[in-house]
Amino acid sequence: MSRIGVFVCHCGTNIASVVDPDRLTPAAREMPGVVYAADYRYMCSEPGQQMIKDSISEHGIDRIVIASCSPRMHETTFRKMLKGTSINPYMLEIANIREQCSWVHADKGRATEKAIGLVRMAVSKVSKNEPLYAQSIPITKRALVIGGGIAGIQAALDIADAGHEVVLLEREPSIGGKMAMLDKTFPTLDCSACISTPKMVDVGAHPNIRLMTYCEVESVSGYIGSFEVAIRQKARYVNHDICTGCGLCETKCPVKVDSEFNLGLSKRPAIYKLFPQAVPSKPVIDSESCRMLKDGKCGICAKLCPLGCIDYKDEARTVTESFGAIIMATGYQLVDWAAMYGEYGGGRYRDIISGLQFERTVNAAGPTEGHILRPSDGREPETVVIVKCVGSRDPKKGKSYCSRACCMYAAKHAHQILEKLPGSRVFIFYIDVRTPGKGYEEFYDQTRMDGAVYVRGRISKIYEEDGGLVCQGEDSLLGSQVRVRADMVILETAMEPSQGIEGLTSMLGAARDANNWIQEAHPKLRPVETQVGGVFLAGTCQGPKDIPDTVSQASAAAAKVIGLLNKSEMETSPMISAVERDKCSGCGACVGICPYKAITLQEIDDRLGAKRIKREVASVNSGLCQGCGACTAACRTGALDLLGFRNGQILEEVDALCL
Amino acid sequence: MSLTEGFEPKIIAFCCNWCTYTGADLAGLNRMKYPENVHVARVPCSGRVNPQFILRAFQKGCDGVMVCGCHPGDCHYSTGNYFTRRRFMLMKRMLEYNGIDPGRFHARWISGSEAAKFRDTVAEVSERLRKLGPNTKYREALREGADAGKGGAGI
Repeated sequence: MSRIGVFVCHCGTNIASVVDPDRLTPAAREMPGVVYAADYRYMCSEPGQQMIKDSISEHGIDRIVIASCSPRMHETTFRKMLKGTSINPYMLEIANIREQCSWVHADKGRATEKAIGLVRMAVSKVSKNEPLYAQSIPITKRALVIGGGIAGIQAALDIADAGHEVVLLEREPSIGGKMAMLDKTFPTLDCSACISTPKMVDVGAHPNIRLMTYCEVESVSGYIGSFEVAIRQKARYVNHDICTGCGLCETKCPVKVDSEFNLGLSKRPAIYKLFPQAVPSKPVIDSESCRMLKDGKCGICAKLCPLGCIDYKDEARTVTESFGAIIMATGYQLVDWAAMYGEYGGGRYRDIISGLQFERTVNAAGPTEGHILRPSDGREPETVVIVKCVGSRDPKKGKSYCSRACCMYAAKHAHQILEKLPGSRVFIFYIDVRTPGKGYEEFYDQTRMDGAVYVRGRISKIYEEDGGLVCQGEDSLLGSQVRVRADMVILETAMEPSQGIEGLTSMLGAARDANNWIQEAHPKLRPVETQVGGVFLAGTCQGPKDIPDTVSQASAAAAKVIGLLNKSEMETSPMISAVERDKCSGCGACVGICPYKAITLQEIDDRLGAKRIKREVASVNSGLCQGCGACTAACRTGALDLLGFRNGQILEEVDALCL
Repeated sequence: MSLTEGFEPKIIAFCCNWCTYTGADLAGLNRMKYPENVHVARVPCSGRVNPQFILRAFQKGCDGVMVCGCHPGDCHYSTGNYFTRRRFMLMKRMLEYNGIDPGRFHARWISGSEAAKFRDTVAEVSERLRKLGPNTKYREALREGADAGKGGAGI
């Protein structure tokens, strides 16, 4: 039989002025299992806590009910108090007689009746409580950053500077991401490469950072503090241990294919560095276009290489590494506008380019060495039309959201054209102009002063006529149709999550939102965490954002990781699901319902009569389980139960109320 | 005297820890007033609520049951309340089939900031149940069962 102590708090007059302790305490004394009941002005105060502790030892109490404010207020306080006594901190229930009774009811008699009911519920529940023990899990002091764009670079540098080991994983042959492709950054017009490449070099040289480029995540298991990640190193066919990156091989390769970095505006060889400032500054061979790898004929690079780095027999390898925390920094890609907008020619017209292609065009290291030229005939355009929100804010054809950075880079593109091509004309078709950011509105104003013509409306059709492009649309401010003959059209296209985000998030158990961006744990208060413990977010994988926001979020995620890695172990809540193996039929209904992938089916040895058999039962991973209890309601045989909120405990509460 | 005159229903509300329980606490902080009929049982998530709890409450003579959680899409555990929603749509129909007035069972979404909604919901449900009168359905069945020496339909 349990020996329950009930302690009624007056909370000054907050409780006692409505709920009568002189009725409540004696009533509690009569409840089944209660051996002691007392009331006091402030239970949470030092003397209040001392009184509880003394009563526990004096009356041999083995579990307690405190009738006071909400458990959200002082449950932790009283659990801590119990650590210094003979009883387990989880042998405690709180009856909320302040927020949910004295503060919301005026009738003293009825409020006291209700308080008695609430205490009775708590007394009945606590009679079924059992000691619970928090597990502590060790923390592997090492972080994995997935994605080597500016978000991943910043996060990796911050964590490494704090003294922790970091692996920075990138699927392309070089880190740098989209920022490395940009020409200038708004609103200051800093050269993008000038500010990002030094950071890339820092990453490559940092003693605490290990770069794993041309690698992909193959599988993830484990939980916060101890993730096991299988990483596949794609075959490079170049031995990076001895390669010096001299570049001789690239000059003589006979193959020419579209350059990914220049978005098809130039060609690259089959053995290539992604771009001249690539980190690591060593080439890889693209197996899909290399003649030697496809047909076994060629081998020029192997003959040329002075160090013998080329290895056509190189194979992909998988390594498994342990990490305490993971940062997702997988970034974005631009939508395939050609597939979505048939009315813009669907990709037929060469002089319609995306904003990112324009970045490469206007970049001094790009295919035209910074000269703004039409792709079709290499002429300088006189009139350029910029179309904003292509795919953004267009729920019918594209994405319903705003891609956030386009208004500003459209203004930047207009500025660059007007600066580089004096006498040219730029028309910007827009829905709204959104410039929330430091110095952004001023930059937009300046662009208009420079002579960019902003037309409010969408372009409904673009067609070719006499070697030019006719853009037909509406000026919704004038309420009339407009037609602009342009030499070149730049489409500021929507951002969407990088390809492969589905696979990666489902490996991690992280959720995605309606637009496939990775879901943050809370939109306001936990913006850099995912709902999976130990998995954090940086940059555009969470949603469209510009570089300053991306870098801030990366540093925020790094701070979270540093905080975690500074501990050597962490306590997990013991209020998690538990399986009664004898009852489990191994149906697996719980496996699918668990949002944390915390339940797996495990084969065990069992007996059926005299026979030894093997059968599957559910097994809960205490590192992953967050204690929601969804599995317990789904369990057909009642084998799963939630510690601290067991079926038996809740049913006791129900019975106590209905008495 | 009619059956329902002066009758005060007994209602149990299973509230999720993260939204509705917080909302109920907020109602207290704002000193909002609502009827004393509802007793809150705290659960981590509305998805934790086993239909068994509800049946037991009705069986033991509870006049009304509420299950309250975060709004769909806002679940602290990401998907728990979607299961709640589906489960209790079925539950409601089953209760009706069993002869329990569907007005006795309510599944509602109340966020941590919707103190006023909590107050209004409690007031509304209490009022409805006052009109419906005491729930005697299973009590009588139990009593008959006991009289016949068969014991109750224990869960």
